[in-house]
Amino acid sequence: MFPFCEDPSQLDTLPWLACYLTTGVHMNFYVSFGTVLLLLAITAPCALAFGFAGAAASRSRILPLSLLGKGYTSIVRGVPDIAFFLFFVIALDQGIEYLVHLARCPDWDEPIRQGANFLVCPEAKMPPGNAAQAWHEAYNFALAVFTFALVFGAFAANVLYGAMRAVPRAQMETAEAYGMTDRQAFWRILVPQMWIYALPGLSNLWMILMKATPLLFLLGVEDIVYWARELGASKTPRFTDYPHGDWRFFYFLFLLVFYLGMTKISEVALGRLTRRLSHGQATLGGEAQRREGGDMQAGAGA
Amino acid sequence: MSCAQTVQDYALRSLGIGERLLPRGEITLCEQVVLIGSGLIWNVYFGLVALVTGFFLATALAVAKADARAWLRKPAEWFVFLFRGSPLFIQFFLAYFGFLSLKQVSPVFDPLTSAALGAAVVLFFNTAAYSAEIFHGALRSVPRGDLEAADAYGLSGFARFRRVVWPTMLRLGWPAYTNEAIFLFHATTLVFFSGFPARQQRGDALYYASYFADRTFNPFVPYPIVALYFILLTLAIIAGMGVVNRHLNRHLPKDARATMRRRPQFIR
Repeated sequence: MFPFCEDPSQLDTLPWLACYLTTGVHMNFYVSFGTVLLLLAITAPCALAFGFAGAAASRSRILPLSLLGKGYTSIVRGVPDIAFFLFFVIALDQGIEYLVHLARCPDWDEPIRQGANFLVCPEAKMPPGNAAQAWHEAYNFALAVFTFALVFGAFAANVLYGAMRAVPRAQMETAEAYGMTDRQAFWRILVPQMWIYALPGLSNLWMILMKATPLLFLLGVEDIVYWARELGASKTPRFTDYPHGDWRFFYFLFLLVFYLGMTKISEVALGRLTRRLSHGQATLGGEAQRREGGDMQAGAGA
Repeated sequence: MSCAQTVQDYALRSLGIGERLLPRGEITLCEQVVLIGSGLIWNVYFGLVALVTGFFLATALAVAKADARAWLRKPAEWFVFLFRGSPLFIQFFLAYFGFLSLKQVSPVFDPLTSAALGAAVVLFFNTAAYSAEIFHGALRSVPRGDLEAADAYGLSGFARFRRVVWPTMLRLGWPAYTNEAIFLFHATTLVFFSGFPARQQRGDALYYASYFADRTFNPFVPYPIVALYFILLTLAIIAGMGVVNRHLNRHLPKDARATMRRRPQFIR
């Protein structure tokens, strides 16, 4: 990275560290933080969408649909999340391959399960055997996102279901009095009004989602935990220009600090969001804002 | 091999009793059920140890957090933030590598690098922090009337805490604490995926399940077995905590009792 990094064994502590922390593998380590943030950025809206669908299905008057919604939420929430992660990644992978297999190789007559093997025709391998490494990584990442969204969607469904029921009945009655149909009342009144009731639960869920990201490591994605283990392990002079002892403790300490920082930032941001959404709501928080009175309104009016 | 024989061989395998070699070749359903059940012993062990020891630390932390003196309150707040603000998975890794370095300082720390003690210590701190937050919330909502009644009876200091504040705090916090217990047991499945070694393949329920899933390449048998075991375990926890809940609420008229409902909302 720096011009003086030619011969690391001659360097003092500080320049040595500067060179060490900017090696190619360390760049991979820093990029993997981006992977984690990307996962969060994609998963959070997906989980919310799953949750919304689950909650709407649970409320449905059509019995099979409401059973489906309720079954989804209660099954996913009853089992340790990590078991779900481990299960879903393999199950999804096999499910996708099986479907592709049915589509592409209709005249394949050997059984798919042969003892301890799962065999589909070569054309159905996902991603294709000759695909670039990047595609394999992207495929793994997509499976991970889907799994995360599915698990956290069930929790979000539970939160949103509760929030929909918490919207004051009178507001829905007003909608009916204005002649809105069920569908209009749902989209125009219930959905906009439910967020303040859902926010405490969703904030909690966000914190949990953030803290679940190290589990990416178990799903075969090269995330921060993977790199921290790789980079921290002791290195001998034979294989690297930067030999060092077992530093995994320090790498994980760094990850701990990273997560604590994320938690702190989220707490502050969610606090602000709560104040914002409470404005004008028939809740304790909204009432407190109303009492604070004039100066706030002047601010809002500006 | 009959199923009874399998039970004899493998029921206590996770503790190192019985047959050492894991089944080879064709793996029967019975073997999966028995071995995963055997692994569940570890989950119950971790959960119980952490829950029982963590309870006392949690009470102390909750009281410290509610204290007016900053030198008591601040450390408790930081402790709770540290363990609630970071992933348990990272805590396990950090603790394991920390214990490894301690081991080089002195062999006294040797047992800490084993899952049986090291992971239990981490879970103890973790659950203490989560429970402390629950108890702290409960402590703040102890009715003023109860405290005034305690004053009227001439109770003060520790006697007031032990006979009035503490039971009420537990009563109010118990439903949330039940949830915490459920998630603590769920969290025990992380232990053997986080650096702590499963010596001689003596792992927990999920460890064996993922072993079978890897061996047979069929996740549709072992993971549902784990799920079933954990649902049973969850029901047992709810029943056990329900007994305590009834005891805590026994002085109240029937309709004023807090009903215990399972509201699993947080995992880590």
